[in-house]
Amino acid sequence: MKWLKSRKGQQAVIILSFITVPLLLLVIFTYLPFAQMVQFSFYKMKYLTPPDKRVFVGLRNYIDVFTRDDCFKALKLSFYYCAGALFQLALALFLATILSFGAKGGNVFKGMMFFPYLISGIAIGFIFKFFYTRGFVLDSILGIVGIDVDSLPYWLKDQKVNNWSLVATSVWRYFGQNMVLFIGAIMSVDAELYEAAALDGANRFQQFFHIILPGIKTIVTLNVILSITGSLSAFEPPFVITGGANGTGTYFVIMNEIAHVTQKVGLASAMAVVLLVIIFIVTILQKLFFKYVFREADT
Amino acid sequence: MKISKILTTTIKYLVLVFFSFAAVVPVVSCIFTAFKTADEYQTTSVITPPSNWLYFENFVKAFKTANMGRAFLNSLIVMVVVLLVSVIVGTQLAYVLNRFEFFGNGIIRNLFLFASLLPSIAMQVTVYKIMTVLGFVNHLYGYIIMMCGTDVISIYIFIQFMENISSSVDESAIIDGASYWTVYWKIILPLLKPAVVTACILKGVSVYNEYYCANLYLMDKEIRTMSTSLYTFVGPMGSQYNLICAGVLISILPAFLVFIFSQKQIYSGITQGAVKG
Repeated sequence: MKWLKSRKGQQAVIILSFITVPLLLLVIFTYLPFAQMVQFSFYKMKYLTPPDKRVFVGLRNYIDVFTRDDCFKALKLSFYYCAGALFQLALALFLATILSFGAKGGNVFKGMMFFPYLISGIAIGFIFKFFYTRGFVLDSILGIVGIDVDSLPYWLKDQKVNNWSLVATSVWRYFGQNMVLFIGAIMSVDAELYEAAALDGANRFQQFFHIILPGIKTIVTLNVILSITGSLSAFEPPFVITGGANGTGTYFVIMNEIAHVTQKVGLASAMAVVLLVIIFIVTILQKLFFKYVFREADT
Repeated sequence: MKISKILTTTIKYLVLVFFSFAAVVPVVSCIFTAFKTADEYQTTSVITPPSNWLYFENFVKAFKTANMGRAFLNSLIVMVVVLLVSVIVGTQLAYVLNRFEFFGNGIIRNLFLFASLLPSIAMQVTVYKIMTVLGFVNHLYGYIIMMCGTDVISIYIFIQFMENISSSVDESAIIDGASYWTVYWKIILPLLKPAVVTACILKGVSVYNEYYCANLYLMDKEIRTMSTSLYTFVGPMGSQYNLICAGVLISILPAFLVFIFSQKQIYSGITQGAVKG
């Protein structure tokens, strides 16, 4: 009892009472499923298969992830999303630079471009299903510009373009958010630097490459890396707009189907583990990159 | 010199107008369509404005068919509880981890760090199993508890922010005889307010828009959220886009209103939330 009243005792009480709930949640919803995922990935089983009926299959599921047509193709689809994400970052950086040099009505432009970020994935799905339908929004707009509708592809069916159509919705959703991020970063660069550079006669391009870009390189690099892991996790556009039909099923769309429709829980777990390993590797590379490249540049 | 200046200014505005236009056109076409009668929708182009801006029939019908009043209430309940719990739990954890040295401190930090790398949809493969065992499937409270537990980004924001709060204030309060709880509640929590706003904005957006888990764990009609109720338009209304667009707009409206009234906080929330790693 005496101990409880002492400083040390009170510390122990507050520590215990403040970490119990978050740790419990973390274990139940992250580490327990994580451990099960690794375990399940070596079995052939459904959700309701009792533990003694599960069939141990060794590395079979992992081999399947790389040899099954649907899984591997889905992994390759990530490159589309990755290309889209890089374009999106470049566009966001460009617009952020323009806006931070000052423009009349800048806040209105910023608001219009940012707002898509707040719309839910499902709403975006409907909006773009409507947008891309034959003869609807996109075709009508292109018609006004003078392009013959008959010469246009079916945006969501034609396998030459449909993945790009879906990637475009994702660019549409996030470029404004990236832009706001970059504007914030640019604002934190010392304003005196611009003034000094302008006095020295540096033009906008020189200001961009010699002052802005070096000043925000950390956040740009971080976002490039995040876009790689983000591309591997692309899900909502194909899930809602095409349902993964006509070769648009990304890794998560296929994983969702394998886990919750056909209930090949072992295979789905193996897919998840493969993805986690990839993300883990990318993250470690990122840490190393920041440690060596930026440390030297800063000194 | 002057001509080139006019030229760059023109290009600058053309670029801004083009991309702002690209950002709003998909939504604007939706607004046009939502105000059209079935006849008008069939006969006019989707990019011509409606003849009557006061035709609200589609909104009423969409609202009723998808039971969106109930869905909005559910989304609101989920959001308020999840934000409340994650702010309290997250700030408490951040306080303890930052101010006290104890066995396991570093391990706990790393556990949360690693957890933030795991994509939530991939995790659902096995979280689903656990939710079933716990009997959480098809209950709003089960979904709420899961949502409190899976997103660890806000905890991360609080831990980062704590590092910038000088410990001299709470140390002197402790010397004056205040308990640790008082220090947390009266000193730390108020000081964390900016971080709380940031976390609430980021988490609020993701909770209100969350679809995957809501779809997986909330099957009954009465417990649908905004996202899952919107998704019901896929089936029976197929291609009646005037109704679907009205439903889409209803679901966007709350986010739009919040955006209009707190643009500045949202922007700074986005900017601060990103500075991690």
